[in-house]
Amino acid sequence: MAGPRPELEAWQDPTAAPLVEINGVTKTFGSHYAVDDVSLTIFPGEFFSLLGASGCGKSTLLRVLAGFERPDKGRVLIGGEDVTDLPPYRRPVNMMFQSYALFPHLTVADNVAFGLRQERIPRGEIRQRVEDMLKLVRLNEFARRKPDQLSGGQRQRVALARSLVKHPKLLLLDEPLGALDRKLREHTQFELVNIQERLGITFIMVTHDQEEAMTMSTRMAVMNEGRIRQIGTPSEIYEFPSNRFVAGFIGAVNQFEGRVVEQQDDLLLVHVDDSEGDAAELRVRSSQAVAPGTPVVVAVRPEKVRIGTTEPPAGDNRLHGRIEEIAYLGDVSIYHVRVPDGSLIEAQLTNRARRAAAPLTWGDEAWLGWNSEDAVALLE
Amino acid sequence: MPSPSLNKVLQRARRGLRQHLTPGRGAVASLPLLWLGLFFGLPFLIIARISLSEVVIGLPPYSALVDLAESGMLQVRLNFANFLLLWEDNLYLDAFANSVHVASVSTLICLLIGYPMALGITRVRESLRVPLLMLVILPFWTSFLIRVYAWIGILKGNGLISNVLMSLGLIDEPLHLLHTEFAVYLGIVYAYLPFMVLPLYATLSRMDNALLEAAADLGCRPLCAFWRVTVPLSLPGIIAGSLLVFVPAVGEFVIPDLLGGPDTLMIGKVLWTEFFNNRDWPVAASVAVALLALLVAPVLLFERFRERGQSE
Repeated sequence: MAGPRPELEAWQDPTAAPLVEINGVTKTFGSHYAVDDVSLTIFPGEFFSLLGASGCGKSTLLRVLAGFERPDKGRVLIGGEDVTDLPPYRRPVNMMFQSYALFPHLTVADNVAFGLRQERIPRGEIRQRVEDMLKLVRLNEFARRKPDQLSGGQRQRVALARSLVKHPKLLLLDEPLGALDRKLREHTQFELVNIQERLGITFIMVTHDQEEAMTMSTRMAVMNEGRIRQIGTPSEIYEFPSNRFVAGFIGAVNQFEGRVVEQQDDLLLVHVDDSEGDAAELRVRSSQAVAPGTPVVVAVRPEKVRIGTTEPPAGDNRLHGRIEEIAYLGDVSIYHVRVPDGSLIEAQLTNRARRAAAPLTWGDEAWLGWNSEDAVALLE
Repeated sequence: MPSPSLNKVLQRARRGLRQHLTPGRGAVASLPLLWLGLFFGLPFLIIARISLSEVVIGLPPYSALVDLAESGMLQVRLNFANFLLLWEDNLYLDAFANSVHVASVSTLICLLIGYPMALGITRVRESLRVPLLMLVILPFWTSFLIRVYAWIGILKGNGLISNVLMSLGLIDEPLHLLHTEFAVYLGIVYAYLPFMVLPLYATLSRMDNALLEAAADLGCRPLCAFWRVTVPLSLPGIIAGSLLVFVPAVGEFVIPDLLGGPDTLMIGKVLWTEFFNNRDWPVAASVAVALLALLVAPVLLFERFRERGQSE
């Protein structure tokens, strides 16, 4: 979905100037740590997502950026300027609210013009900018309507137009697509990314929907219990989760708990707890040096697990088990295979491949296998 | 037993209701209509009828509208002289004007005091809101008359205020607060303030706090957000509260009578004097009818304003 991007991304370039710097921000409500020592750097032009379950602190962090919450500790810098103590109305930031927060007593055009009327901008220019913005979100025919005469999708676009019309350096979006139905949401994802790229405004979006975060963001931060658990591009986070929480939160994953037996170059040999034979010995790639005896979780995505009737050669990562369930999801099928130690392993096969391969069905014995480089070792 | 013609009217009313409402809803709607008809419509008709009669000495102290003349003709006599008197005698017009003036100023003062109160109650933490609202309602638990009498004790020459100020040495002679215009304003504002605070609180507490955040986010300082968001959105509460204060304040009798001076001219007092001192029921009734017309006008205006707001 994202367009072509330069070779070196801003977050990899040590000379790039960040737009937003969050340094050790902590925000408590009573004894509850809503945001716990969070540091984050976001660069101009990024579409950055804060992803997490409800109550993980992502919205509080967004409200700290907007100026609605004052952090107990830490500083927030926007464009190099310390804004920690600035009230919302003096920040170069605009926010699109989850509830949209449209002014019910004003028309669509007046809602969009609200922020401009503050700034002693000539009337003609205000009218022009409102018109341009309404055109951008394809609402110019609805300028005279009141918010309660619009559909949910139209209200969402008014909220977007209102938050963009002042050309903020940074736009904060709090679950911008949360109130839309599925079909409209997918369409709007596309539209939002388009608008972001066209205007070149940096977006920070809060969402609980991992798919949304993955498809829209340049980078994302996965949050849990007030802390950032991992920051990276969607593919980094999906392919190389750095801890069990992230691996489990993003997509489905098979996890094997065990201990490192030995390390051969970049390959770890892992003994899986409470299991014997083939299942007990797994190989997983790791770039870090890990001492033998270290507890480790081997994580492998279902779509990386091969399933078949032919036995993979010994020495591969392989498991033998019985198919308990097959879930047909249209484009793919998910096999739930019970292995000797009693756990259920998920393997995913595209239905095109399923038809081509030997037909496997409920109750069949099957072999599971995967490449060592397709699994990750989680040391946390 | 209702007369046949009344039956017909009721039937027609019922049919009209049924066109708009389902039977169950019709029954629900007819109850308040019945109540209004019985306790508002009927008394008003009686008053309107008296206002068109002439004063006589006897019981009742007004003439019949319909009588049998000596010639054997049935004659209906409508006497509009009472209404003409209201127009011609400056006393009534002055009393009307002064009542409207006093009620308007009182309403404005109630709004200026009540708005910050209502806004304050919405801003305190949740556990404090109900106790504060209770404090607003609490005066209703004492009789209105007793509360007004209490003000006499506070305001009179050797009353609470004068005594406290004198013992502090701030004044040498007792203050003449009672029986002044000031005392009337004080009494009306005191008595009707809850009617302003409650509807204001109702609208303000419904307001989404995110709207104020959105205003701040768009560059609005708190005072600007108040004028551009809070006030326009609380307009229904402002209008409802103002009507609830203004309408009874115009016709107020007890407060100007007890706290006001002999020169405090208010229509409620005039009405009382006509009814009980002069025993001129027809003139008193015509004052009441005129007062009602005066008070219904702003309510109708409000309704029209609201309908327009909804249809827009």
